[in-house]
Amino acid sequence: MILLQLFYEFFKTGLFAVGGGLATLPFLNDMADRTGWFTRAQLADMLAVSESTPGPIGVNMATYVGFTTAGPLGALVATVGLVTPSVVVILIIAAFLRAFRHNEYVNSAFYGLRPASTAMVAAAGLGVAQLTLLHTELPLSPAFFNWPAIALAAAVLVLTRWVPKVKDWHPIVFIAIGAAVGVIGNF
Amino acid sequence: MRELWNLFITFAKVGVMTFGGGMAMLPILQREVVQNKGWATDEELTDYFAIGQCTPGIIAVNTATFIGQKQRGVLGGVVATLGMVFPSLVIITALAGLITNFAHVAWVQHAFAGIRVVVCVLIFNAVVKLWKSAVHDAWGALLFAAVLAATLLTGLSPVVYVLLSAVAGIVIQSLQEGRK
Repeated sequence: MILLQLFYEFFKTGLFAVGGGLATLPFLNDMADRTGWFTRAQLADMLAVSESTPGPIGVNMATYVGFTTAGPLGALVATVGLVTPSVVVILIIAAFLRAFRHNEYVNSAFYGLRPASTAMVAAAGLGVAQLTLLHTELPLSPAFFNWPAIALAAAVLVLTRWVPKVKDWHPIVFIAIGAAVGVIGNF
Repeated sequence: MRELWNLFITFAKVGVMTFGGGMAMLPILQREVVQNKGWATDEELTDYFAIGQCTPGIIAVNTATFIGQKQRGVLGGVVATLGMVFPSLVIITALAGLITNFAHVAWVQHAFAGIRVVVCVLIFNAVVKLWKSAVHDAWGALLFAAVLAATLLTGLSPVVYVLLSAVAGIVIQSLQEGRK
């Protein structure tokens, strides 16, 4: 029963992959080796597609692997398997947080957590920035900087922060602009 | 029923507009869920992201479950999550059936190189907003700097930072209580 097996495998992945979509990758590599549903080379292609389509990467990966293994129903089953553990865990935590909302210690913990959480988002952003704005494989010289990308980033920064009206545009508009500039400018 | 549908559609919108991984979702969430719907505050988003760092599963899904649960209980959490994954299901299934080497098409790669640049800037803007709601004093700024440096310089799991900063928060707050 391949569907049950898919559900079980992705349920396990969802349960043990902590900290975001890319954390699912080692589990998928392991799945490729054990089940033979797909090869590691196929997995690399799937990752490329998952990164170049909308939606969270982990969910895209589950859908793709499920589809490759057992068609549209497989896609659905794998995705539901992946998200079930987190939905259950979060529902429990949410109920707990509601009960302890006025607890002094819980509030103090969040007083420390919020700056840390912001820092982790900032670090993830810097990671993306490093990959897209710099050629880190090169030595420090003018070629080290990806000038067209930096120019686009500077333009978008000005548009999104300081130009009246334009800065209130929906983020998706700027993403579309980025796609267009990328295609036209051969990024 | 109407509210559940609203949750589903809103998170489907967030899902379809998220390009390039979980963090790229943050600016979209701030616009759709915080600004347009008022279902959560920036402060709550940082809480959800912190908890999502150390609980199983994908942060995007965790956040959807949290906000859905807050609005409409358990069913709301499930519906918001289904909304979030729905676009992926449709798009990937359609693409996988049509072209297997979609990601290798040159213009797709160029488009995504451009999108990633924009996403950097959008994440920067999102962080500025989060900072305003998360950091209220010098202690907060210090914690931010310490965790940022540690994340960039070491390969430790985020779970460590989440636990340590929660403890730091409790210690700092009780010291301040003691001084009053």
